[in-house]
Amino acid sequence: MNAPLIGHNRDLAERAYAIRRTALKMGQVQGQGYIAQALDIADVLAVAYFHAMSLRPEDPDWEGRDRFYLSIGHYAIALYAALIEVGVIPREELETYGGDDSRLPMSGMAAYTPGMEITGGSLGQGLSVAIGACLALKRKGSKSVVYNLLSDGELGEGSTWEAAMSGAHWNLDNLIAIVDVNDQQADGPSSKVLASEPLHEKWRAFGWFTQRVNGNDINALVAAFDAARNHPAPVPRVIICDTLMGKGVPFLEARDKNHFIRVDADEWDKAIDALDAGFAAMSGASQ
Amino acid sequence: MNKRSHQHKKVFAPADPSKPRLTTSAMIASIAGADQKTTPAPFGHALVELAKTRPEIVGLTADLGKYTDLHIFAAAYPDRFYQMGMAEQLLMGAAAGMAREGFIPFATTYAVFASRRAYDFICMAIAEENLPVKIVCALPGLTTGYGPSHQATEDVAIFRGLPNMTVIDPCDALDIAEATVAIADHPGPVYMRLLRGNVPLVLDEYDYKFQLGKAALLRDGADVLFISSGLMTMRTLEAAKELAKDKIAAAVLHVPTIKPLDEAAILAAAAKPGRLVVVAENHTIVGGLGEAVAGLLMRSGVHPAFRQIALPDQFLDAGALPTLHDRYGISTSAVTARVREWLGT
Repeated sequence: MNAPLIGHNRDLAERAYAIRRTALKMGQVQGQGYIAQALDIADVLAVAYFHAMSLRPEDPDWEGRDRFYLSIGHYAIALYAALIEVGVIPREELETYGGDDSRLPMSGMAAYTPGMEITGGSLGQGLSVAIGACLALKRKGSKSVVYNLLSDGELGEGSTWEAAMSGAHWNLDNLIAIVDVNDQQADGPSSKVLASEPLHEKWRAFGWFTQRVNGNDINALVAAFDAARNHPAPVPRVIICDTLMGKGVPFLEARDKNHFIRVDADEWDKAIDALDAGFAAMSGASQ
Repeated sequence: MNKRSHQHKKVFAPADPSKPRLTTSAMIASIAGADQKTTPAPFGHALVELAKTRPEIVGLTADLGKYTDLHIFAAAYPDRFYQMGMAEQLLMGAAAGMAREGFIPFATTYAVFASRRAYDFICMAIAEENLPVKIVCALPGLTTGYGPSHQATEDVAIFRGLPNMTVIDPCDALDIAEATVAIADHPGPVYMRLLRGNVPLVLDEYDYKFQLGKAALLRDGADVLFISSGLMTMRTLEAAKELAKDKIAAAVLHVPTIKPLDEAAILAAAAKPGRLVVVAENHTIVGGLGEAVAGLLMRSGVHPAFRQIALPDQFLDAGALPTLHDRYGISTSAVTARVREWLGT
């Protein structure tokens, strides 16, 4: 059971709820989508965008912004929802998700969407690009931080570990990697597809300041992001986030776990109702 | 030529004491002839000169600085040089990240590693976003005797297929130095094949200047039109001199930019009647300059007699470069002999 939410952290929980709700609306538009991932990562995105990162919604390319690199292009639905809540993408645009000529394609691409920093989707590339951006920011004397959201499946790509070595080699204290461990990838549970544990020990051995938290616990995430940003040693930082696919919608949490979860046409409204009910109950409990 | 496979190992061939002993020599054997003028490290020195006025230029390599002449840049600008380690995917990803932040990265490795190992990173992190990363790669085509692990015989075919990518195959030291400046000014990604070390200098004898996207007619002649790129332009120029001794007049159209192709110059030259068109490239016959020119001519309704000099569609042998260039038909003497054969002289 997570600790009660108060003050700012309670606001963040409300942001996470709004991200989930917006993502469900987008999934409903398209009739599909990586909705289970969007639900599992919403708390992380809420803390990243509404607590940790510097950004100007009216100027998504502001030089002083913190960068958010989404390696896992199929999580785009979640990031679009966050960018809508932040105000980078107009809310009415969610109706276009996944449609022809939309700025919101199913897999995230830099050239399509304001606030989408890189083209993800070919997994295992984001952290390498982040290494170059961090080196470049240091060259420029910038204080900006690069966040890179990876998935546990992406840890199977060798290039992730090339980049992990490099981050420590160059003392990139302006790099914060976030690993979403939902133990689910295309062919089944990540731990069965290619065992990557023990993750904490691996990242620490690669020279990173490593934290592992419940990625659906706002209080824990806030503490972890704060610790990552304020850690005094000149090393890159990683937050390993254990998350629950479908989080916030009980009947999706309970559904047979699948990389691309099936939601029937009549279930989207039910899912939104269930999310609303859950949030109302939580709000009541924490007041 | 022997076909090797896991079932058919090479058989022992005793050394022939009557022949001069040629060795594979270093990883990067010089392609310079004994009497050729050379210039040391033209890429490295050109980049150092350019970087004096271009602070946005940075250099990155994957443990091959010395072997791509980037060590010259590293010595001149140690704080603008990034040794990324033996990690080509990281190299290309990091170059993309630097370009995103406003720098012009020159990323160097061997052509095999860029085209094979790091291709997806070049495709998605660099080319898809049209970032100004300059990928400069040693050992293009058949320029080492170390065998297929180091012979990038299909690199041009790979990068020609990549949208947004400009592909450069310079001929000599002068070409490399001028192309280095030109590609830095190009707003998109570039793949450049590199000759390094003591690189022959031949184009100084011609009225030539490298221009991105432009072919250059280096000499004219009524019987044969060579269309060539890279080191094969040295060979076609030499072959043209040899053929002139037999009163065969050969023109040489040098095409250092393979993509985008200078279609107007190629069509104008190939449309002149009465010439045998011979495309010569240091690359497999599949998917390189020869097929690019052939496709252009077919699409344009220009149908001269057409031949290709290129490497065979095979994994090539290890050995000494002069032997291999003869064996696979890209030495000056092999080129000359084949043209004579085609002309029936």
